[in-house]
Amino acid sequence: MSFTWNIPALDGSIAGEELLLAFDRGRPARVLILPAWFDEANKLRRFTVEVMRRLDAAGIDSFLPDLPGCNESLAPLADQTLEGWRRAADIAATSFAATHVLAIRAGAMLAPAGLPGWHYAPQSGPKLLRGMIRARTIAAREAGISETSDELLAIGRSEGLTLGGWHLGAAMIAALEIAEPALAPGQHGIAQLELGGPGLWLRAEPAEDAAQADALATIIIEALA
Amino acid sequence: MSITPIIDGQLDEAALDQQLQTLIADVLGLDPAQAAAFDAYSGLFGHLPELDSMAVAGLLTEMEDRFGIVIEDDDVDGEMLETYGGLRAFARAKLDPLQTHS
Repeated sequence: MSFTWNIPALDGSIAGEELLLAFDRGRPARVLILPAWFDEANKLRRFTVEVMRRLDAAGIDSFLPDLPGCNESLAPLADQTLEGWRRAADIAATSFAATHVLAIRAGAMLAPAGLPGWHYAPQSGPKLLRGMIRARTIAAREAGISETSDELLAIGRSEGLTLGGWHLGAAMIAALEIAEPALAPGQHGIAQLELGGPGLWLRAEPAEDAAQADALATIIIEALA
Repeated sequence: MSITPIIDGQLDEAALDQQLQTLIADVLGLDPAQAAAFDAYSGLFGHLPELDSMAVAGLLTEMEDRFGIVIEDDDVDGEMLETYGGLRAFARAKLDPLQTHS
């Protein structure tokens, strides 16, 4: 079910309004979902919602907020920062009265330290950037243009960079170069191997896998039982 | 969470084939049987519709993670991506940098 949620601006100006997908029936267990980013967000969107449906069927509420600049957001992605997204994740946790967090891939870099929960196949900032920059250099080479990863990163740090169609600002790139997901107390990593199949973010086209959605939901349902 | 390479440098030929074929099937969403049938001359980049530039980036990143190797910009050329044999020879050279390879 679709709702909206608001992120108050730091300067007290009008709050940003963002989309929220939620299964909220006022139940005791309330899981904040922090989705994968960028291209992986598209590839994992259906999988993510399929996990939420399974949690709902098991009596667990879940909340999937759009971060500013992502999915349906009207905020420019290029203006977003890692700190801003961490703040948004913290505000989301409070707004929805979340009791747990399920952070997916790069979303693990935003997991609020105060919530117990899970990091599913967490992705670090340097690896995320490396993959996106590599896709750009390979595409450039096919087009007969010579770009190196080092040159692109230098441009990214000073001016921002468009990678795979995603326009990242300089502050975001600089922050991602050193950002690592960290398991806070009560948070556990879930490796892809535990889901019994290859990660769906690897696919060239978005796909789904009911068995993997079952496996991830079951880990959470059993932990909350 | 750091990712532990699934295999290390000491890898026999059959195990390398199996790991590399599984990796390609995982990344491209191929039927494992199709990937298991790859031989040295099987075409990859430019032959498999699933393997576009984004998928190549994913494939190389996954190779880094699973094989515990680092792939530089200059390593990536048409020859290593054109056939399964090319990719395999590249992986072997990265895993055993001090050994000669065919």
